[in-house]
Amino acid sequence: MNDFIEKNIGVMMLLILFAVSFGGIIEIVPLMNQNVVTEPINGLKPLSPLQLAGRDIYIREGCHVCHSQMIRPLRSEVERYGHYTVAGELVYNHPFLFGSKRTGPDLARVGGLYSDAWHQAHLYDPRAVVPESNMPGFTWLFDTPVDAAVLPAKLRALRTVGVPYTDDNIANAAQGLEDTTEADALIAYLQQLGTLIKDRR
Amino acid sequence: MSDLPAYHPPNYNLKVVRQFTIMTVVWGIVGMLVGVLIAAQLAWPAMNFNSEYLHFGRLRPLHTNAVIFAFGGCALMGTSLYIVQLTCQAKLFSARLASFVFWGWQLVIVSAAITLPLGLTTSKEYAELEWPIDILITLVWVAYAIVFFGTIAQRKTRHIYVANWFFAAFIIAVAILHVVNSLAIPVTFTKSYSVYAGTIDAMVQWWYGHNAVGFFLTAGFLGMMYYFVPKQANRPIYSYRLSVVHFWALISIYVWAGPHHLHYTTLPDWVQSLGMAMSLILLAPSWGGMINGIMTLSGAWDKLRTDPILKFLVVSLSFYGMSTFEGPMMAIKSVNSLSHYTDWTIGHVHSGALGWVAMISIGAMYHLIPILWGRKQGQMYSEKLIEMHFWMATIGTVLYIASMWVNGLMQGLMWRAVNSDGTLTYSFVESVEASLPGYIVRFIGGGIFLSGMFVMAYNVWKTTRMPQQLVAEKAS
Repeated sequence: MNDFIEKNIGVMMLLILFAVSFGGIIEIVPLMNQNVVTEPINGLKPLSPLQLAGRDIYIREGCHVCHSQMIRPLRSEVERYGHYTVAGELVYNHPFLFGSKRTGPDLARVGGLYSDAWHQAHLYDPRAVVPESNMPGFTWLFDTPVDAAVLPAKLRALRTVGVPYTDDNIANAAQGLEDTTEADALIAYLQQLGTLIKDRR
Repeated sequence: MSDLPAYHPPNYNLKVVRQFTIMTVVWGIVGMLVGVLIAAQLAWPAMNFNSEYLHFGRLRPLHTNAVIFAFGGCALMGTSLYIVQLTCQAKLFSARLASFVFWGWQLVIVSAAITLPLGLTTSKEYAELEWPIDILITLVWVAYAIVFFGTIAQRKTRHIYVANWFFAAFIIAVAILHVVNSLAIPVTFTKSYSVYAGTIDAMVQWWYGHNAVGFFLTAGFLGMMYYFVPKQANRPIYSYRLSVVHFWALISIYVWAGPHHLHYTTLPDWVQSLGMAMSLILLAPSWGGMINGIMTLSGAWDKLRTDPILKFLVVSLSFYGMSTFEGPMMAIKSVNSLSHYTDWTIGHVHSGALGWVAMISIGAMYHLIPILWGRKQGQMYSEKLIEMHFWMATIGTVLYIASMWVNGLMQGLMWRAVNSDGTLTYSFVESVEASLPGYIVRFIGGGIFLSGMFVMAYNVWKTTRMPQQLVAEKAS
């Protein structure tokens, strides 16, 4: 049979297309209709404009390259980081930020664990707070103001893909952020991470 | 099966192949140099230079993109456009379009090298580039597909040679993966949000991510293997039947394996179990390719003593066999619960990336470069330097993966260690501190591998400059 296929490039292309299509269709499409991954947990709200700005700084600096945001339901992990992550916490996350490597610890429930002052000191010079750390310092975040002007457009884009921001949210997104630095925004984002589920051992 | 055709008539389009070949060496050096720098940053954080543009978080995506898409991409495009002409006995479909593929791809790479240090990223691994570059990639890829399949359509041979099946699957699958995973809603010219959310976004990303490995770094390079191994060993492929079976099995099973990147996450269990099962099955077609490549040396094993190019090719197949065994093992949920998030994953990736992808590309380049610059096969400027490069590459790879195994196991065990009263034994930062020796050894291993690339660059440069006369003398 392959004798026929390998003489007809059109047939071969079609069969390749056929062969590589199934895995994705069967593993991805049903998820889109599975409530457990599409329904928010009780009380879940979209990020505030300041927190969203912080999340985009988190992405820009590649924090996810070394920090996961995904606590697995394993004993040692729940012991270290808190309640395991549930899908309903993540339904407004465009993009997802599970991460794939823990060069530093997981951050899924880091919100409220340290004070804002600790985060400031740590982001500015990690080794001033944790001498053994190999994390870079992010000094420039402290003298760069948050780009507030782009926030309404960001909220609007996210609403297009399903995050429930209201017209009011969008209209007021840039308000009150005149004296805010990028460090403030990033810390505001970190301090809310995983706080909806408080259960901690 | 039809034999490999005789050497090229003068009208083949080798210019684009020469361009891609040179850029393979150049981007290889650039990508690995960034890799060595970020390896140093993990051992000595001062190497981040307190710079917005040069710290680990921004440079790590630059490293992965440079080695996969710049180094690997140029190697694949160059060799595929060479092989398709020789095995189809036809000139490239369109010289103009081929030239667009080369320059377009270089533009993608340069855009990546500028935007990633600026912090413009989607965050999705191996798909970090923002939407305007994604559109450019799509255009270049379609042009590449037209040139490749157009050439096959014009072939003078009846049968399509096996290497081209693998390149065909690689081109088709990567097109689908790239388009589906990159769907995003733009905010500005440099910022967009993925259309998928949370767990679904994760599944789409790792369906893409694992198949970037499966089709870019495996199927494509198997295509390279199916031409250069028989050519260098001067033996026919071991088994035609095996190549048919493992080709169709490999491409249809690989696409299912993505969920093993999401074990114990919020991904529903049925998808995790399905992904794990398919990952285990994947061992068989993967080893089919390794066996077919290595057994092609039957009757020519003695050449391994004297031919350093063949050493590169055969050692690359050995690393391919090792990492495609290790991969399914790490896809088992209980193993993954230890290995995931640790340096073990990094070691696994590099046993594939340095051991398999880089070594087979280097071997192919050493085979190809003398031919492309009008010399006889095997007449690089210096065979001794190839031999030296071979040992540097092998030792560098072994140091790299061994140190990451040790680190990975140690991190996994320290994170889960509990005292008799149920409390955790180690704080997180104790595992960071314990990883330092491994990070240093990894830096040294990577440094040795990179140095080998400089040896290669010198050898390639001298080969392209060799006066024709000298070649004639050597050949006589």
